[in-house]
Amino acid sequence: MASTVPSRRSFLALAGLTTLSVALTAACGADESGGNLSADGKVTFEWWNIATTEPGKSLFPQIATAFTAAHPNIVISTTSLENEAFKSKLTATTSSGKLPDVYQTWGGGVLQQQVDAGLVEDLTDLLDWSAQLTPVSLQAYQIGGRTYGVPYDIGMVGFWYNKKLFAKAGITAPPATWAEYLGVVKKLKAAGITPIALAGKEKWPGHYYWAYLAMRVAGLPALQKAATSKDFTDPGFVKAGVHLKELVDLQPFQPGFLGAGYATPGGQAASVGNGKAAMELMGQWGPSVQKDAGADLGADLGFFPFPTVDGGVGQATEVFGGGGGFALRKGAPKEALDFLKFFVLENESKLLASNGYLPVVKGAESRLTDANKKVVAESLVKATGFQLFLDQAYPPAVGQEVNDSVADLIAGKKTPEQVTASITEAAKSA
Amino acid sequence: MPSSVSTLTKERTVESVAAPPPPPARSRLSRWGAWASVAWFLVPALLLFLVFVLAPIVVAVWTGFFKWGGIGPMADFVGFANYTKLFDDQVFIGDLWRGLYLILMSVLVQLPFALFTAVLLNQKLRGRAVYRMLFFAPYILSEVVTAVLFTMIFLPGAGMADHLAGFLGLEGLQGKWLADPSTVMPTLFVVMIWKYFGFHMMLFLAGLQSIPSEILEAASIDGAGAWQRFRYITLPLLGPTIRISVFLSIIGSIQLFDLVWVMTAGGPNHSSETMAIAMFQFGFKRYQVGYASAISVVLFMISLVFSLFYQRYVLRRDLSGAVTSGGGR
Repeated sequence: MASTVPSRRSFLALAGLTTLSVALTAACGADESGGNLSADGKVTFEWWNIATTEPGKSLFPQIATAFTAAHPNIVISTTSLENEAFKSKLTATTSSGKLPDVYQTWGGGVLQQQVDAGLVEDLTDLLDWSAQLTPVSLQAYQIGGRTYGVPYDIGMVGFWYNKKLFAKAGITAPPATWAEYLGVVKKLKAAGITPIALAGKEKWPGHYYWAYLAMRVAGLPALQKAATSKDFTDPGFVKAGVHLKELVDLQPFQPGFLGAGYATPGGQAASVGNGKAAMELMGQWGPSVQKDAGADLGADLGFFPFPTVDGGVGQATEVFGGGGGFALRKGAPKEALDFLKFFVLENESKLLASNGYLPVVKGAESRLTDANKKVVAESLVKATGFQLFLDQAYPPAVGQEVNDSVADLIAGKKTPEQVTASITEAAKSA
Repeated sequence: MPSSVSTLTKERTVESVAAPPPPPARSRLSRWGAWASVAWFLVPALLLFLVFVLAPIVVAVWTGFFKWGGIGPMADFVGFANYTKLFDDQVFIGDLWRGLYLILMSVLVQLPFALFTAVLLNQKLRGRAVYRMLFFAPYILSEVVTAVLFTMIFLPGAGMADHLAGFLGLEGLQGKWLADPSTVMPTLFVVMIWKYFGFHMMLFLAGLQSIPSEILEAASIDGAGAWQRFRYITLPLLGPTIRISVFLSIIGSIQLFDLVWVMTAGGPNHSSETMAIAMFQFGFKRYQVGYASAISVVLFMISLVFSLFYQRYVLRRDLSGAVTSGGGR
């Protein structure tokens, strides 16, 4: 073997290979370091957000530019990704044990997994300005008494309804109890109006019903207890399913709802916006998506909180929702936190004026002009309890099982008991 | 190091001075040289193959033995638990059946249809180039564009499909299509045909054009009718094309993802879920990466075993002669 003289060709191949492997090694090592002090004394940090649609699309870069203009030694390298793309990319990044310096988070179970893996900076002692934020807005980012995120938006889910269609069906006041609510649905049906629009294809809008009913029947403490005991078979949860089934049995949803999307043409938001369905159970972003996908109902659009259930322990002032925030990678430059302070406190009025976000700073709700936004913000201020979206509060495997099982219940494929059994099974094995 | 260099030089001198190179007879030595240069040329490709194909497969198989949420170290070794759970899951068994349904439908409906249009368009026909282009055009569209397009067509209440069904007196179908567990698979399949039959038609057309017209003429002179010419001449001579077409369409059906993901996301209630969809759901929605890896391994094994058997038993005669075998010298 040793006697074989490498021919010129194989030598060239070898040379080519060396170049290639050098390039590969370089490519692999390229993004090892996060943002840090560079030779010229500049601090660079990464910022991953999901502002790919207006108003955030133009507002977020504006805020970043204002910050770097005031701090010339700081460079922010921004990555804006669409919601789902962001989640996939962040999953891929975290599985290699890394995170961007500042990144979008919704708190809850996913944040908890990242915290458990030791990847997230504990902000509890650094956040000396947290007293200026509303307690409800911070709740999603608090795990075991420590704070791991800074909110910039907070909202809640409730019924967005078409006042004109309600009046047409002879309904004078929004329902306050579940029994009244079912009555409203029947009246709407009798008047030939589709009562509710639902995006069956996407599953998460359906889980709002079950979650709210569980809050109203079994109560907030029961939901929080179930998260730790991993047992969702509480009779209250079964009863929540039974109540949801009462609604489903009235066939209140638009035709073909099982295949309908949320923000897609002809989907849930468009049906309500176009006046083809009388209401939807949706978060604070509901009206803007209606406008995007269908039409703006304007003054005809109203909001009422989820009704209470007779015999249930939950109050009408306990709200279900979530918002958006930013978390820091463990060891991120401290300038990143300064940026978040600037973003949240000093730009609150800009965020509110853009009409895309709801206040996280105490007292800011009075600055809202939009009547519906005001109702939501005031309900949040008056809230006596808060529950984060279940598909975010629980670990992803459990949250998705809630969505899937409730979707099966709505489609008539699972009984209320089977729903709680499936969620319990997922929680125990997660 | 110096010793090896000296051996090299010494041997070289010995070789070049003492023994004149043996003429054309291939010595073991020069064959080694040939192999070495072949290997050198293969290294870049092999390296890429190793890094981007083999390594991920090994990692996926390894991950499949863990209960792992995608974050932090893989610590919870569970052996075959992911696989036993998988085959206990009614939804996953359903995924397998749906895969089989798609395979059978593509082979039994789509390919004959493609063959039929190919034979039709192989004749002298006014504007046949236009037809060929029209039928082939859907294949060029991206899967996502196709899916979004058909989501609109099958939109409950307002889509073209509902209007058409009303016009044809099929009111029972209105508002169903992709939104009803009983109709979603056939509807999906219609979209699949629309998207892919043009590709198979093109394959068949190419195959048909390679059939010498003399044979068909000779058969006509011998008194063979149109059907007999098709059955005894065209079809057998088209054999290799059909076999490769079947192969491609089966592999495509097994791995079907993007069309379904955009149109139904596997719903309603898993009734249009494929294995690839289940893999994505568990991996990227539920963050059960270990379990999702197990699904990907099953998907991979099915494709691999099928491909090997198909190549061994069906494609063998088409491939023989096409592949240069190294040991043949």
